[in-house]
Amino acid sequence: MEKETVIEVKNLTKAYGAFKAVNDISFEVYKGEIFGFLGANGAGKTTAIKMLTGIITSTSGDGSVAGYNINKQRDKLKENIGYMSQKFSLYEDLTLMENVEFYGGIYGLSKKQIIDKATLMLDRLHMNHIKDTLISDIPLGWKQKIAFSVAIIHDPKIVFLDEPTSGVDPITRRQFWDLIYQAVEDGITVFVTTHYMDEAEYCDRISMMVDGEIYAIGSLQYLLNKYDSKTMDEVFIKIARG
Amino acid sequence: MKTFFAFVNKEFKHIFRDRRTLIILFGMPIVLVVLFGFAITTEINNAKIQVVDLANDVYSTKLINKIKASGYFSVKEDTKNINDIERIFQDGKVKLAVVIPQSFSKDLINTNYAQIQIITDATDPNTSNIITSYLSAVFKQFEMEEGYTLSTNLEINTRMKYNPLNKSVYMFVPGVMTIILMLVSAMMTSITVAREKELGTMEILLVSPLKPSIIILGKIVPYLVLSLINAMTILLLGLFVFDMPMLGSYLLLFTEIFIFVLASLILGLLISTVSNSQQTAMLLSLMGLMLPTILLSGFIFPISSMPKILQYTSDIIPAKWFIIIIKSVMLKGVGITYIWKETLILIGIAIFLLVLTIKKFKVRLE
Amino acid sequence: MINIKNIKKSYGDITAVDDITIHVRKGQLFGLIGPDGAGKTSLFRMLTSLLIPDEGSAVIMGYDTVKDYRKVRNILGYMPERFSLYMDLSVEENLNFFATVFNTTIEENYHLIKDIYKVLEPFKDRRAGDLSGGMKQKLALCCALIHKPEVLLLDEPTTGVDPVSRKEFWEMLKSLQTKGFTTFVSTPFLDDAELCDEVALIQDGKILDMDSPQNIAKKYPHKLWSISASNNYKLLRAIGNYEKKKSAFAFGNSVHLATANEVEIEEIQNYLKSIIDYDFEIKPIEPNIEDAFMELMKEE
Repeated sequence: MEKETVIEVKNLTKAYGAFKAVNDISFEVYKGEIFGFLGANGAGKTTAIKMLTGIITSTSGDGSVAGYNINKQRDKLKENIGYMSQKFSLYEDLTLMENVEFYGGIYGLSKKQIIDKATLMLDRLHMNHIKDTLISDIPLGWKQKIAFSVAIIHDPKIVFLDEPTSGVDPITRRQFWDLIYQAVEDGITVFVTTHYMDEAEYCDRISMMVDGEIYAIGSLQYLLNKYDSKTMDEVFIKIARG
Repeated sequence: MKTFFAFVNKEFKHIFRDRRTLIILFGMPIVLVVLFGFAITTEINNAKIQVVDLANDVYSTKLINKIKASGYFSVKEDTKNINDIERIFQDGKVKLAVVIPQSFSKDLINTNYAQIQIITDATDPNTSNIITSYLSAVFKQFEMEEGYTLSTNLEINTRMKYNPLNKSVYMFVPGVMTIILMLVSAMMTSITVAREKELGTMEILLVSPLKPSIIILGKIVPYLVLSLINAMTILLLGLFVFDMPMLGSYLLLFTEIFIFVLASLILGLLISTVSNSQQTAMLLSLMGLMLPTILLSGFIFPISSMPKILQYTSDIIPAKWFIIIIKSVMLKGVGITYIWKETLILIGIAIFLLVLTIKKFKVRLE
Repeated sequence: MINIKNIKKSYGDITAVDDITIHVRKGQLFGLIGPDGAGKTSLFRMLTSLLIPDEGSAVIMGYDTVKDYRKVRNILGYMPERFSLYMDLSVEENLNFFATVFNTTIEENYHLIKDIYKVLEPFKDRRAGDLSGGMKQKLALCCALIHKPEVLLLDEPTTGVDPVSRKEFWEMLKSLQTKGFTTFVSTPFLDDAELCDEVALIQDGKILDMDSPQNIAKKYPHKLWSISASNNYKLLRAIGNYEKKKSAFAFGNSVHLATANEVEIEEIQNYLKSIIDYDFEIKPIEPNIEDAFMELMKEE
């Protein structure tokens, strides 16, 4: 069976002067996958994600995301991806519903589409009772769930999650992953970074970046076997410590 | 003492490593002073005036040459008809007309005295006023050189009323210098404290054995140096670009500048005690200081014509006292005996602000 | 060393810290563990005397954090939530500044930070802002240690740091403990808990439990099973309707299922076989601290 690729990256490099933040990386992400993008601080993850989401252009190499070239079709690309990070979040001084309307509007959804989406979303999140609550009055874990739902409100082909569960309690963290699984069932591909190694284990495939390069990539089982480890935590430490 | 020097040293490092802020700090006052100043002076340099010479004799030619030689005016002489003036004003380029009467030379020789008619376009009273005052200076010179008296018969062309203040660039530049000095100084200290709050380093400083007074003084001293350098540039600009006279003692002037800058820096720190982000600090110092200072310092609006309540309020504006002081020192050349009262008030304000700041400085986060 | 008694702090309607009592003994490595927004930072700020409690008190080495706040500030080494360094100063300048502020010198207490600082030494002229997250964290710790504090208060020192730097950081804390430091540290990572002598689990401003990590795990009331199959998510949904389930949570590539103590392995196997058609593996396991924390959260 031929797998459909959603991200295809070839020899991607980003250099700041002599320093190569991302050095000649090539990989693919397939449709419907949960792809874990791991690496130590400063390994180049953030730079790579910025290139994949069309925020910065690459120094050399090329790639496509959701079928659009990451350097030449950045506007088209941005319409077809979702993005959420711990920092990018919701407007604290707007209510839940107002945030949904705002982001729906940005992505060009009609009034009716927004209402349909919002109804479905509030249902899934069991948050109907707080739809008119200011975001600033909602607990962090819930906010992250809302932020994720808002990030996929326009049915993107792929959603990028940059440390989405940082600091969230263990139960809410798992509920968050339930949402990710649901999104995958809806046909959305998920590209996620995390510092929680148990979350890395939820991914279908995992890549490990070290010093700007992709050091290892494969399924959990493949990595565990290759590095003779029992958990992803061990793999990470073995790779990152060299 | 060692901790204090370490603190000051650290502040200087912040200052010199942040090139952009440094450029703004030193660039902004220069740009502002020049902008404000030249908004007035360019018009004086090239002011178009119409001369209607009905006399056409030796003295009238002498006078016209004098006007031309002053360099402030570009003189038009293309008509001998008074009735054309109205039309010329309507074109809008000429703001002032000088009419020399037919009997000009005759009057001067016979009576030592002659009349000159000045007609100004009242639609732009500011410019007209300034031109008139320059013109008067030229007439004075003529009188001195020739030994005759000229009387100017000022006639304002329609619609507007005469502005009795007769403000000149000499009155304006001290105000601009004062306001810019105050704003830049207050902004510097308020932002630097807010930045430490934003970064979270203030938390560590608070938890350290550093006393609030050390933190406050440590923030003042480096910026005092910067502000004094700033004051020098502004002063040099005033002296050499705008030809401000400096009749008094430099020592006295610098002492007064020192006191005023100190008060402004402390004011900035006071602002920082109520602002948690750099933006609020900036906005508060800009809006909170600029408006009252411009309105109530006597810089633009004469305090004597304000309602009583505003007159009293203006007494707590440090800029008001400082403007009085520098005008007295620079323009009148007076010594401390004439301005000791204003100086004491300024010192009083500085001390009051310092005590208030130390009191308001929070040793906790709430 | 640290005595927190019935401490309370509210902001308007929100109670950030709700009646918390904690005792930390000399030489202990004590962990305050809970998610963001649980009240950890508020508690730290009360301990550092930066906030005044609404009720209750905190006493550090006999000094009250409100009354004797100057004394308290002298004996603390504090690392706030964000690495509060001067980003435009170099590594060495930062350290030097904080040493001087506390009336000491780098040389005087170099032995305390030597092990940590030697990693940073090659970069001592680099600006703090240009360091990686792990390096910033190490520098912040050095700055907190340089005046030889009696008590270390570290507020989420491992947040935003990768697992390797995190592990290294805990190794540093362990070695500091051998030098006699008393450390009170907060973290949202439950696996960090295993490295503490004693932990307090905090949620919504309340302490859920306080004990050694081993004891907390031991108190877990149910029997726990680890089940793994090819698709975690499907497996989890299949278990969802199991009537003897107490709880079921994903744990990496397996699912932790809690049941009543009398349930036997065959029972579960039979149930699963009846509803799923793919292979799975089941074994009984010892609960860890995360299992315990979630159980306590559910009880609340």
